[in-house]
Amino acid sequence: MELDPVLLSRIQFAFVVSFHAIFPVFTIGLASFIAFLEGLRLRTGNPLYERLSKFWIEVFAVVFGMGVVSGIVMSFQFGTNWSNFAQATANFMGPMLSYEVLTAFFLEAAFLGVLLFGRGKVPPGVFFFAALMVAVGTMISTFWILSANSWMHTPGGFEIRDGTFHIVAWSEAIFNASFPWRFLHMVMASFLTGALVVCAVSAWFLLRNREVEAHRRALSMSLWMLLFLAPAQAVVGDFHGLNTLEHQPVKVAAMEGNWERAGGVPLLLFALPDQANQTNRFEVGIPYLASLILTHELGGEVPGINETAVEEQPPVAIVFWSFRVMVAIGLLMIAFAITGLILRRGGQYWQKPWFLKGLTYMGITPFIAVLAGWITTEVGRSPWLVFGEMTQAQGVTPSLTGGMALFTLIGYVVVYAMVFTAGIYYLTRIFKAGLETEHTAIPQVERPKRPLSGSHVSFDDDQESDFRGSEQGGTPHGTL
Amino acid sequence: MGPFDLNLIWAGIIAFGIIMYVLMDGFDLGVGILFPFAPDNDARDVMMNSVAPVWDGNETWLILGGAGLLAAFPLVYSIILPALYIGVFLMLAGLIFRGVAFEFRFKAKSSRYLWDWSFAGGSSLAAFAQGAVVGSYIEGYNTVDKVFVGGPFDWLTPFTVLTGFGLMAGYALLGSTWIIMKSEGYIQRWAYRITPYLVMVVLGVFAIISLWTPFVDELVQHRWLSYFHIIGILPTLAVLCAWKIIHYVRKRQEGVPFVATMGMFVFTFLGLLVSKWPYVVPPNYTLYDAASAPESQLFLLVGLLFVVPVVVAYTAWSYWIFRGKVRVGEGYH
Ligand code: HDD
Ligand code: HEM
Ligand code: HEM
Repeated sequence: MELDPVLLSRIQFAFVVSFHAIFPVFTIGLASFIAFLEGLRLRTGNPLYERLSKFWIEVFAVVFGMGVVSGIVMSFQFGTNWSNFAQATANFMGPMLSYEVLTAFFLEAAFLGVLLFGRGKVPPGVFFFAALMVAVGTMISTFWILSANSWMHTPGGFEIRDGTFHIVAWSEAIFNASFPWRFLHMVMASFLTGALVVCAVSAWFLLRNREVEAHRRALSMSLWMLLFLAPAQAVVGDFHGLNTLEHQPVKVAAMEGNWERAGGVPLLLFALPDQANQTNRFEVGIPYLASLILTHELGGEVPGINETAVEEQPPVAIVFWSFRVMVAIGLLMIAFAITGLILRRGGQYWQKPWFLKGLTYMGITPFIAVLAGWITTEVGRSPWLVFGEMTQAQGVTPSLTGGMALFTLIGYVVVYAMVFTAGIYYLTRIFKAGLETEHTAIPQVERPKRPLSGSHVSFDDDQESDFRGSEQGGTPHGTL
Repeated sequence: MGPFDLNLIWAGIIAFGIIMYVLMDGFDLGVGILFPFAPDNDARDVMMNSVAPVWDGNETWLILGGAGLLAAFPLVYSIILPALYIGVFLMLAGLIFRGVAFEFRFKAKSSRYLWDWSFAGGSSLAAFAQGAVVGSYIEGYNTVDKVFVGGPFDWLTPFTVLTGFGLMAGYALLGSTWIIMKSEGYIQRWAYRITPYLVMVVLGVFAIISLWTPFVDELVQHRWLSYFHIIGILPTLAVLCAWKIIHYVRKRQEGVPFVATMGMFVFTFLGLLVSKWPYVVPPNYTLYDAASAPESQLFLLVGLLFVVPVVVAYTAWSYWIFRGKVRVGEGYH
């Protein structure tokens, strides 16, 4: 059996980056939420915000820790599996990744310590500042990495000399054609993720009648956020798509499942793309809608997949379906946001069990939407690594054999499965412990400046909170 | 090459980054390597607490090293990572297990031993893999037309196994002298006791590597034979540092052994650099062959000059916050 190193490297890269991406999308949103809570606390002096913030900082610590561990792997992936790509694009990718480390990772590392362990040790103003800096750090990180990624989709500002990309205009390269929309769409996706997870967890507590006052407030805040962001995300997504139509028409054609250039194209709700015969089976669609969305005219022309040579077409079915998953989830979010608004009347939004139950399930959807969106984007770029310039097969490490790639792929799957299980297990313990646990009274031993150690819920032993309470004589909230 | 040579500046920056990483992550990896040998569980708590506040920042230097190499000398990145494909995977797996062990050990009760093992095993694996990188660097890489053409296990030779264990011993020494500084009582006494043995092991490996290297690489042999009167100062200083460690351990001086160990590392590192200069991907490519475009080097350099002082200030600040001894049952002061 012949193992294909290109295919295996693609699978491996997709796996490790998807695994990594789950954590940042959550922490980017959550970091801002925490900074917001700390800001409110500073202004109003209401201890409720502090308790909420403490709870969410614990969650943040765990998720951030996993993001860091998986991120370290990422920074070596380009070299191990895509060394030709690394070599050819280093003039751009190198400075981007280095700037990310310099301007974002060190900033996060420094202020994270204060955020996790500095409460009471630094003045409240400094503490708020630290929360703000962590949030800013995640944003800066997103900026650089998405600029690097967008450049791979819409490369700009470069010249090729001897097979190497040379940057001749930095601003054109960094602010390349698809970057603004991708950045905006991604940041909003992160905020949506944060908002929906907070919604889900608050709803879960409300259903169990625990700490009702605090969670009602958190739910209210995040529902407003959802109401504002979910529709805006659809609009931004539309613009993002129009931008792609201009620069990567074949990707949009694949998203629409449109094989032949035509006017008055329907929006397909269902179809089974058949790449071998360059057509769809079992099409169900709304007439004219795709043309209307993409060109803002009923009869507008939409590009077809078959304008591109078969070898240069992306795998249509994956792009087609992952796009539908994302959009469906986006519409579902809008539906929940509007329902929430209607239920505001008489404070029903935090009392209707069916609504709360629905929200708990919604907690997982942003992660699915984010991964689906990325799969659309990245698979739609196939077979190109740098769109129009370098293919995946050209970018792969020449010395890499299928066996080596398979070995590390299995290795990462096994290692990540173990880490992920432990992390999820631990997160559910934090959620179950809730706000009621004594957050401030952690014995010194347990508060090293480590991401996950910021949360003190016992990993496998329920007795620990008792031990902690007695040790510190049950220091009340907010006195430290 | 203009008034100032960007490649040289970048070589200096990368060398600085690497030695920063080795010194800073070195002592916390060393603490992990020594973990199974600690006198008891309380000692392990103290050891872990002593590195916990700074571990995260320390490892960020590794990421900077990777990204910086990609930016300034991409050829190093694109040849050495494929050449060490399996080794890099092992190192990353070690760092992952070690990272999560840090996170979960304090929450675990009945499963604590699991996290102890993953901390010690992960640290040892990562240290060994890094040592093997050094060995493979000395041996050189099998390349054609700027592409690695060797096999998946080229990096695993008797020599690289030796350098792998050598770096483990070196990190363990950094770890033990760090523990001397950060602990007291029986834990400190234990660290005082093991340090001279570790120095002996490190010196032994150091001697074997020094004698062996000239046979591995003719360039090194030639350079050391013809310039020994100048560069011979480096190993002499390293041995002097080793002597200082033992001397001040006997005198029960807390701070000097750690500083002297760092000195040992710095002089050995410089010795390695002069042996190989100007080859960054031996035996074929110099730093000039490996360099990225000058406009890219310059673009990053400008930012670096502004940001690095701030980064160093953060780092110093966080070490300052967590200064002082770590005691059993307590945290930081
Ligand atoms: C919470 C997450 C989320 C939600 C609800 C949506 N998206 Fe999205 N979408 C993403 C998260 C995302 C993403 C993961 O962030 C992607 C992948 C890369 C990117 O730039 O954003 C993405 C990519 C992406 C692309 C591909 C861009 C390209 O070609 O590179 C398009 C056209 C859209 N989105 C459009 C939409 C529309 C019309 C939505 C309407 C509801 C929508 N997205 C909801
Ligand atoms: C959509 C894609 C990505 C986004 C939005 C993103 C964002 C982030 C953020 C916000 C963090 C901070 C940790 C956290 O919040 O969990 C992080 C960590 C990290 N990311 Fe990513 N990242 C992405 C993809 C990548 C890729 C492709 C690479 C590698 C080239 C990478 C390398 C890293 C590294 C090395 C870390 C660890 C930093 C540390 O030690 O603090 N990331 N990422
Ligand atoms: C944040 C979440 C991300 C997800 C879920 C994701 C997903 C994927 C998927 C599914 C593939 C496989 C495509 C295929 O096989 O056709 C892929 C490939 C790839 N992506 Fe991403 N991606 C993400 C972010 C990024 C970022 C930020 C970068 C670069 C800075 C990046 C660079 C690459 C590269 C180099 C490949 C391999 C070559 C290829 O198959 O095209 N990705 N990614």
